[in-house]
Amino acid sequence: MSAVDSGSGKPFWSWAGFRLGFRRGLTIAPGIMVFGLVVGAAAARQGLSSIENIAMNLFVCSGIAQLVALEAWPSPITWSAVATLALIAAVLGARMVLMGVSLRPWFGQLPAWQSYPALFLLNDSSWLIAMRYHAEGGRDAAVYLGAGVTIVVGWMMATCAGYVLGGFVVDPARYGLDLVMPVFFAAMLVPLWTGRRRAYAWVVAGIVALAVQHIVAGWWFIIAGSLAGALAGAFLDEKARA
Amino acid sequence: MTDDLGAAGVWLVIVAMAIVTYAMRAGGFLLMAYVPMTGRVRAFLQALPGAVVVALVVPVAVSGGVPATGAVLVSLAMMAWWRIDLIAVVFGVAAAALARALLT
Repeated sequence: MSAVDSGSGKPFWSWAGFRLGFRRGLTIAPGIMVFGLVVGAAAARQGLSSIENIAMNLFVCSGIAQLVALEAWPSPITWSAVATLALIAAVLGARMVLMGVSLRPWFGQLPAWQSYPALFLLNDSSWLIAMRYHAEGGRDAAVYLGAGVTIVVGWMMATCAGYVLGGFVVDPARYGLDLVMPVFFAAMLVPLWTGRRRAYAWVVAGIVALAVQHIVAGWWFIIAGSLAGALAGAFLDEKARA
Repeated sequence: MTDDLGAAGVWLVIVAMAIVTYAMRAGGFLLMAYVPMTGRVRAFLQALPGAVVVALVVPVAVSGGVPATGAVLVSLAMMAWWRIDLIAVVFGVAAAALARALLT
C-alpha cells in the first residue's frame, strides 16, 4: 500500500498505484457490468447501430444519463430532440460537477495536460475509490486512473454484450444485482466517516435528498442533497470559521 | 424546427451528450481553479464526498423497500466489521436477493 505519504504531499503517478486502483475497481465491476447489459440492450431496442452504440458508451460513458436518454429516445430526431437529450445529460451529470470540485485540491497540483484528460474517466465509482484512497492519505493519481480504466473496460464489454444479447438479458433484480451500486456506495461511507462532529453534513444530505425526491420529479435530489450536505459541512463546522 | 435530421441525428445526439457530459466532468474542477481555498471552502470539500454518497444512497434505500434498506444496512455493518468492500458488497447483494425471495 502506498497510502502512507503525508496529507500535503504532491500528487504523482506510479504503476503500483495504477494496479491498486485497478484491483479496487474490480469490486464494483460486476455492478457496472449488470448496468451496462441493460444500457446496451436499450440501445439495441432503439435501433442504434453497433458503431453508434460503441461511440455513445465510450464518449458519453454516463450510465444513468444514457439509460434515461434511451428511454426518452425520440423518433424522428429533430434539433429540439437533440437539445432535450443534451439537457438530460446535463441534469444527470450534474453531480459530476461536485465530484470535479472535490478533486481540485489533489489533481489541481498536476499539470493541466494530465488532469483534464484524466477527468474524462470521472465516474461515480472511480471517484469514490479515489476519494477513499485520498482520505486515507494517499496521493498517487494513478489509483484514480486504474479504477477508471477497470470501470470503462468493464462498461464497454458489458454494453457491447447487452447490445448483442438484447432481450435475452435476465432480470438482474431477482439476484439483487440491481442494488450492487448503492450497496457499494453504502460500504464506501464507512472509510469516509470522519467522526460524529461531521455527521450533521450527512444527516442534512439525506433529509434534503429524501425531501426533494418526494417533491420534485426527476433526479434533482442527488445534486440538492449533495450541495445541502456539503454546505452544512462548510457553515456548521466551527473549525471552518478560522 | 421539426425537421427530421435523419441518419445524422443519432450522431448529433451522441456528440451533444458527450460534450455536455465532459463539461460536467471538467466544469467543477475548472471552476475551483478560481475559488480561493479558505477554511470554509476546505470544510465544504471535506464534507462533499460523504454528502454526495448519502444523497445517492438514502433515496434508493428508502424507495426500494425492505430489500434495498436491508442490503444497504448489511453492507454498512459488514464494511464496519471487515473493512473489505468486496465482502460488504457480496453480503449486501445476498441480503437483497434473500429478502426478495422471502417477500415474493
